[in-house]
Amino acid sequence: MLQKTKGYQIIHEWMKAKDFHPFGFQEECWEKILKAESGLVNAPTGCGKTFSVFLGVIIQYINQNPDKYQQQKNNRLQLIWISPLRALAKDIGRAMETVLEELKIPWKVAIRNGDTSSAERQKQKNNLPEILIITPESLHLMLAQKNYTENLTELKFIAVDEWHELLGSKRGVFVELAISRLIGATKKKLSIWGISATIGNLEEAKEVLIAPLKKKGFIIRAKMDKRIEVESIIPDEIDNYPWAGHLGIKLVDRLIPIIEQSNTTLIFINTRGMSEVWYQSILAAAPQLAGAIALHHGSIEQELRLWVEDALHTQKLKAVVCTASLDLGVDFRPVDTVIQVGSPKGIARFLQRAGRSGHGPGEISKLFFLPTHSLELVEAAALKQAIKEQMVESKTPMFLCFDVLIQYLCTIAIGEGFRPEIILKEIQSTYCFAEITMDEWQEVLLNITQGGVALNQYDEYHKVIIEDGLYKIIDRKIAMRHRMHIGTIVSDAMLKVKFLGGGYVGVIEEYFISRLEPGDTFTLAGKNLELVMLKDMDVLVRKSSSKKSKVPSWNGGRMSLTANLGKMLRQTFNKALIDENEIEIKSLHSLFEVQQKLSAIPRDNQLLIEQIETKDGFHLLVYPFEGRQVHEAMSAIIAYRIGQILPISFSIAMNDYGFELLSDQPIPVDDTNVQELFSTDNLLIDIQKSINSAEMAKRKFRDIAVIGGLIFQGFPGEHKKARHLQSSASLLFKVFEEYEPNNILLRQAYRELMEQQMEEVRLRKALERIYKAEFLLHFPSQLTPLAFPITVDGLNRNNLSTEKLEDRVKKMQQQLEKN
Amino acid sequence: MPMTAPIPYIIQEQKFWLTAERGIYWEKESALIVSDLHFGKTGHFRKNGIGVPHAVYKEDLQRMVDLISFFNPKKLIAVGDLFHSADNLELQLFSKIRAGFSKMSLILVQGNHDVLEKAWYQKNHIELVKDNYCSGDFHFVHDPSEIPRESSAFYFSGHLHPSISISGMGKQNLNFPCYYFTDKSAILPAFSKFSGTAKVKKSKTNRIFAIVENSLIEIEK
Repeated sequence: MLQKTKGYQIIHEWMKAKDFHPFGFQEECWEKILKAESGLVNAPTGCGKTFSVFLGVIIQYINQNPDKYQQQKNNRLQLIWISPLRALAKDIGRAMETVLEELKIPWKVAIRNGDTSSAERQKQKNNLPEILIITPESLHLMLAQKNYTENLTELKFIAVDEWHELLGSKRGVFVELAISRLIGATKKKLSIWGISATIGNLEEAKEVLIAPLKKKGFIIRAKMDKRIEVESIIPDEIDNYPWAGHLGIKLVDRLIPIIEQSNTTLIFINTRGMSEVWYQSILAAAPQLAGAIALHHGSIEQELRLWVEDALHTQKLKAVVCTASLDLGVDFRPVDTVIQVGSPKGIARFLQRAGRSGHGPGEISKLFFLPTHSLELVEAAALKQAIKEQMVESKTPMFLCFDVLIQYLCTIAIGEGFRPEIILKEIQSTYCFAEITMDEWQEVLLNITQGGVALNQYDEYHKVIIEDGLYKIIDRKIAMRHRMHIGTIVSDAMLKVKFLGGGYVGVIEEYFISRLEPGDTFTLAGKNLELVMLKDMDVLVRKSSSKKSKVPSWNGGRMSLTANLGKMLRQTFNKALIDENEIEIKSLHSLFEVQQKLSAIPRDNQLLIEQIETKDGFHLLVYPFEGRQVHEAMSAIIAYRIGQILPISFSIAMNDYGFELLSDQPIPVDDTNVQELFSTDNLLIDIQKSINSAEMAKRKFRDIAVIGGLIFQGFPGEHKKARHLQSSASLLFKVFEEYEPNNILLRQAYRELMEQQMEEVRLRKALERIYKAEFLLHFPSQLTPLAFPITVDGLNRNNLSTEKLEDRVKKMQQQLEKN
Repeated sequence: MPMTAPIPYIIQEQKFWLTAERGIYWEKESALIVSDLHFGKTGHFRKNGIGVPHAVYKEDLQRMVDLISFFNPKKLIAVGDLFHSADNLELQLFSKIRAGFSKMSLILVQGNHDVLEKAWYQKNHIELVKDNYCSGDFHFVHDPSEIPRESSAFYFSGHLHPSISISGMGKQNLNFPCYYFTDKSAILPAFSKFSGTAKVKKSKTNRIFAIVENSLIEIEK
């Protein structure tokens, strides 16, 4: 069938001339596209996944216009290609244009994202391209335009690239809603194709994407298993007291020969802050690399980032230090080596990063793993095993994100306005909102039209108004502010960093800057900068030669170990001091000996609990190896349950291996009561109560308040007035907690916490496993190798107290007097 | 009625009563001193499409009424930011309450947020003072950084929204809005509960009273 069509023959000829051959999965995909089917293509980067969908679209176009496909211009918008990253758009646009040019098809390809100038936007409006490559945020901006539906009359295809990255995040929900609108606006069956790397729940990923079509759809697998080789860089000297800090930096000299022997190397660092440190350290260790090494992360100025991406394509760089900013499918051919610094926290991410090197099918992807603290070598061993067993994580889709829904409804209220009865049907067709109740829907509508609970006669709430049943935003200022706001999925207010004399450096979280004083030095974009002052939303700086410099921490930078990797980790600990075949385990011999001597090494059927007294107070350390997220929930519950024995206050810290409860008084846990602390009886009630006392929803509320439009980040030209509209998320959280606890956005913060972190099922499973485990209760005389990294980690501590506030203040005062 | 008994505080041999409701009563002059009330803030947000709860404004107003009823002062001195922004309907509720205390004079030392029309203040019988209001040996300004260094007079101010962090064993940390006194000045906590705070530090030369729920606790160290 496919082979006989004119389109196929033309594409086939074109490929043959280039000595390309279509892969089986590409042909399979083309065939489905010709039948106007929808689905998901599962293929790794660098295997022609773009062509599997794009060429299908072209084949179909040629087939439908066999005689005039090379003449016919202005075919209007045919294909919307949604891509999560700006960097990707450019790359893919270039590839598409090349194909179109060589086939002499007079189609236009346009890119639309946050960087597209308004002149360019205007041009696109007047002279519609056939292909629009767009980010989810810009797609929503498009829905905020008047008459956008006129542009969609010929739309046939929606492609969503890197769907695995979007799924499970709010950006994914934005895509779901946009698709439901595009289908509703075009009033015809669109063909929707997602492209995804391998994740554990491909079937579900497909369902989420094409839910509004109410079709089953197809999954097309590339079946191109790449061989992956992982090599750990073993430190010459193992630190018995590992710390998740700068210790990996000591290994910087080991990176230099790897960089030098490779064509181009990508060095993945987990946080933006640490990437700054690594960049500086590599330059210090190998000054000859100056000019041939660059830094790339999400807070660096756009122009610089684009330059780095270009230079990667054209092989001008030896190495790039980067974060997840280069995680997505951009294919940089010159890259032949990848170094992962620190734990990648998940198997899927690790595989994907490895895939950055050795592109062609059949080539081996090689990845060097550099531990930032010695215990991460255990993770490396666990990862290798997981790859062998082909374990990959799932991405859980999000449900009922009312913050996103509120933003979306305001967006379409700016554009053409909406009628609830029509838009509700579209919304219910999405996977995310399929279960929305009528009560919830009414509440959402009330939120955007009346702003929650008000003092009626004194209220002037003004946002969405209703005119003849049409919901609209007509106030120009509110509309403009909302447009500026679309797509801001930033967890904290971001401030622009600029030089005193002008010149933009990048952006930084307000949270970090708020802890600095003028005169302090910090590092951004590889530069040492002295804080001069804060002015409006700008941070003014000058260059500094100071050696002492603070490294920004970005709150978003912390990922949690996945359940799969946690399980592998527990099993890997079984080998400690017993089976030293693997180099990673062997090299940790002395660390394990110290751990064994002071306390014990937990095997996968045991739970180790250590109680240690230091000058900081009384520590209770628990090691479930379930990942940071589960530990956050579990630690709050255990703290709450101990707090029922007697009034007590805790400061709580956690990492992927375990958690610490720290108190100023002895903690009443011993072998008579320890097991019951992990019981699943009354779990739901205890979850609720511990969530409330630990104020855990506060952090969730930050994102929700930004997306739901409660936090206004200001925009150029309206600085002074805008300041009267600014408030912090923590203040809003407090105000809503006290005065409007039923607010739909506040409730969502609690629900997200319950679903994502306190996920009852996973927590229950973990507790059930632990309850049956053998409890090892130890009282080490000093901090153990396992305890050390948790206790020194001062960031993101939670607090939970069952004492009276007044009593706590008085006690603190007395403690200070004693000292 | 205040929930807990006010704490007496002596400045230049005169008695001032500190309350956990975020106002100071000056006994000799029968004056209630408050700062940073930001009335109309929720209304301003709501008018601009940001749906913050009205109830926080209502509670702020109620607390002011409670304080006035309890002390029955001859005058109310607001050291700035009595109002948050431009006029809005919410302020009518304030006007109504103001009219109910017609015998009490109201002095507003203009803060950076007080941007209403002059006529508005007149209509509501508010005496607007530009930079510095003076009564006896006591001065009232909005921004503490504008207190002249060489002056020997005592200044009341606001603007900062001061709060104090206290820490104890076991990495415990708590933060409370507070009154901040030196021998020559006082900074009042923000009256509005819909306002952020700025941290101040305890030193040997200052005295700090933290507002812990419904009571005041002096922070010694």
